[in-house]
Amino acid sequence: MSEAPRPKRRFRQRTVIPGFGLTLGYTLTCLGVIVLLPLATLVAKAAGLGPAGIWAVATDPRVASALRVSFGVSLLAALTASIFGGIVAWVLTRYDFPGRKLADAVVDLPFALPTAVAGIALASLYAPNGAVGSQLAKIGIEAAYTPVGIFIAMVFIGLPFAVRTVQPLIAEIDKEVEEASAILGASRIATLTRVVLPPLIPAVLTGFALAFARGVGEYGSIIFIAGNLPYVSEIAPLLIVIKLSEFDYEGASAIAVIMLAISFVTLLAINLIQAWSRRRFGYV
Amino acid sequence: MSDAVASLPDSPDGTIRPAQSVVTERPWIRWLLIAVALTFLALFLVLPLITVFAQALAKGWGAYLAAFTEPDAQSAIRLTLTVAAIAVPFNLVFGVAAAWAIAKFEFRGKNLLVTLIDLPFSVSPVVSGLIYVLVFGSRGLFGPVLLEHDIQIIFAVPGIVLATVFVTFPFVARQLIPLMQEQGTTEEEAALTLGASGWHAFRTVTLPNIRWGLLYAVLLCNARAMGEFGAVSVVSGHIRGLTNTLPLHVEILYNEYNFVASFAVASLLAGLALVTLVIKSLLEWRYADDIAAGTRRH
Amino acid sequence: MLALLGPSGSGKTTLLRIIAGLDFPDRGRIIFGGDDATRVPVQQRAVGFVFQHYALFKHMTVAQNIAYGLNARRRSERPEKAEIKRRVGNLLDLIKLSGFADRYPSQLSGGQRQRIALARALAVEPRVLLLDEPFGALDAQVRKDLRRWLREIHDRTGQTTIFVTHDQDEALELSDRVAVLDRGRLEQVGTPDEVQERPVSPTVLKFLGDTIEVEAIAQNGQVLVQGRPTPLTAPQGLSGPVKLYARPWQLQFAEADTAHLHGTVRSSYRTQGRQRIEVDREGAKTVVVEASDTARLAQGREVGLRIVGGWVFP
Repeated sequence: MSEAPRPKRRFRQRTVIPGFGLTLGYTLTCLGVIVLLPLATLVAKAAGLGPAGIWAVATDPRVASALRVSFGVSLLAALTASIFGGIVAWVLTRYDFPGRKLADAVVDLPFALPTAVAGIALASLYAPNGAVGSQLAKIGIEAAYTPVGIFIAMVFIGLPFAVRTVQPLIAEIDKEVEEASAILGASRIATLTRVVLPPLIPAVLTGFALAFARGVGEYGSIIFIAGNLPYVSEIAPLLIVIKLSEFDYEGASAIAVIMLAISFVTLLAINLIQAWSRRRFGYV
Repeated sequence: MSDAVASLPDSPDGTIRPAQSVVTERPWIRWLLIAVALTFLALFLVLPLITVFAQALAKGWGAYLAAFTEPDAQSAIRLTLTVAAIAVPFNLVFGVAAAWAIAKFEFRGKNLLVTLIDLPFSVSPVVSGLIYVLVFGSRGLFGPVLLEHDIQIIFAVPGIVLATVFVTFPFVARQLIPLMQEQGTTEEEAALTLGASGWHAFRTVTLPNIRWGLLYAVLLCNARAMGEFGAVSVVSGHIRGLTNTLPLHVEILYNEYNFVASFAVASLLAGLALVTLVIKSLLEWRYADDIAAGTRRH
Repeated sequence: MLALLGPSGSGKTTLLRIIAGLDFPDRGRIIFGGDDATRVPVQQRAVGFVFQHYALFKHMTVAQNIAYGLNARRRSERPEKAEIKRRVGNLLDLIKLSGFADRYPSQLSGGQRQRIALARALAVEPRVLLLDEPFGALDAQVRKDLRRWLREIHDRTGQTTIFVTHDQDEALELSDRVAVLDRGRLEQVGTPDEVQERPVSPTVLKFLGDTIEVEAIAQNGQVLVQGRPTPLTAPQGLSGPVKLYARPWQLQFAEADTAHLHGTVRSSYRTQGRQRIEVDREGAKTVVVEASDTARLAQGREVGLRIVGGWVFP
């Protein structure tokens, strides 16, 4: 046996585990019918307008304003959620205090609470006559029916992403590394800023991107509190609904495709962050 | 060792003061951070939840219960249960099949497949509804064919089911894939060498191994299926008593300034969310290792 | 009882999995007692396979694990419930874990799990029992006990058994025959005595224990090292430069004028009644000599070494 047979390049490696054809076939069929075909239809519909047509929709003053509101406010909200989410994650993982487990469970509320319920609750809470809204009104902040309301809803919806991406990494921090840093003479602040926090940056960025993407697409929890004033507090998803009700399918598709494109760029960014993080720190 | 161990004398003044621990912050910083975190959680998460129940009961139990006896509310409850009863089992079967194909076999294009399955999570709910209008709507891709055969999907129950399936599509698969990858294939191989058929091995070995992860995924999938608003709103047409799910019913009542009824129905959904969170937390505390392989992101 | 012996990555586990029907050969056939089993699916091969990490079913009790293969049979071939129970009981007796029927694998020690895995494999009355690194995950003492116990079981049942190991002691102690594998190739099959006394290649030789490699010359049937004859005879037709391999105990200290090798003592230590001495040689590899535990040799002392045994390969 002087020459070893070259392993054939197969579509899959042979194994005794049965059911590959059946399960993969079923998976691909479902994926195709439920996900890919409808999304392809959307892209085809928007493509029918041509690049100039899409550009025309995107630069329409009302659409441009809605996109600006959606993306701009979502950016601010994701930033806020990341900062406070980071503190929440740190507190929940590193400190022990009464009610810690309860607080930890509460973080997932936005995942479980239907967005419409969150929407009406936030609207009534932050309305000028609401429990928090009336206090805010005293210091001159109008929350409900302004972009501030959109911001509040987006923070609500993005918070769990910010917390849950960072939390497992904080839990995995090796205390010996902190001790090593202290033994080498670093102050607590120096240990935190130079040893503990840098490895968390990729996770924070990932959480930020997820919260941002979620905020841009969010609908249910926002429309009740936003007031939906064109050019002021109208979000892009709502504009899609409005275009649909006017049977302007092309216009709706164009906005949808623009939003999808930006979501994909965000997702791509997340993947790049994670690939970089895996190289740099050895984990995601 | 034969050297005598010399004992060190106590500190000169006879007391032992613990030094500040090097792996945590000073107490006042700790308490400040805890206060900030809890205030934030209270303002953004707990207060809205309390508001739902407070508003629902603002005019007493009579008004609260009246919201549910209304025929439109009852039909909304029925529709929501029906939609979940179709969408959740569908995604359960899909998720298990997809996880089996992806976790137990090595083939080319696997990463792409996983990405595509995840796709619905990154699509706005409104867009999730829109795409079905474009396919099945009267002016959509299959519109003329459906019209000819008098089949209505959009502004009818099938459209609501489809949109719900879409938004909950990745739940089960993405929970099970890492779990089953971590479990590997040796137990199945052991079953096969003992003469078990593939189906028998799946039923007696694989399924018991993934049961808690599966329950966890189904729980979250169900919560989303019953609570979905944006996607369903686009395809439902808001026909009272016919195509209104619970979240849509909440919206209609709210827009009619019928706040008590709106919050009452919302409290039902909030209750569902709370039950979901409680079971989810219990599962996480008891069966952490059987639910997820490392990560628990949604 | 056959041992598949080889360094890690030599393909022994793959070979075992191919025999079981869990992996597939690119060429060649698998024959069980005259029947070609190459195309027989794993379920019908009637093999018992003990996985390296046992692959016990965590959610089943010990008894359910052992009964799994019997319960998996089609109804028409499945034994009665009482019969299954009786067989499980017998196997539990055999592995000396009678009181453990209702425990779960997580409540057992490594050695106990190993025995359960064996009982589970035996329950289906396999034609051949396959064990993948059966003692790999156990600590030294348990490993020793289990080895002896496995040999006893084998002697009692006469079950055809193939096991994979990278530990030569384990292979030589337990097996009737040893197959030495290296990088996917079968180097030699033989009884433990055969492979030790007549290794067919340097690879086999090196894998079975510490060796010393010395440049030598084959001449007229004699093997010379540094011009001095050794007790070894050169194989037929071999002449010119050859390699001589010897074990540490095939070297003896000798006077400089009769020695084949020269060097200085670097260090020595005692182990189990013997003494191992490392000798540095100028311009050549350090060699290890094993001698009876007599007076220690001082570090740095000049010594001569005679070769009293060994093997010659081109």
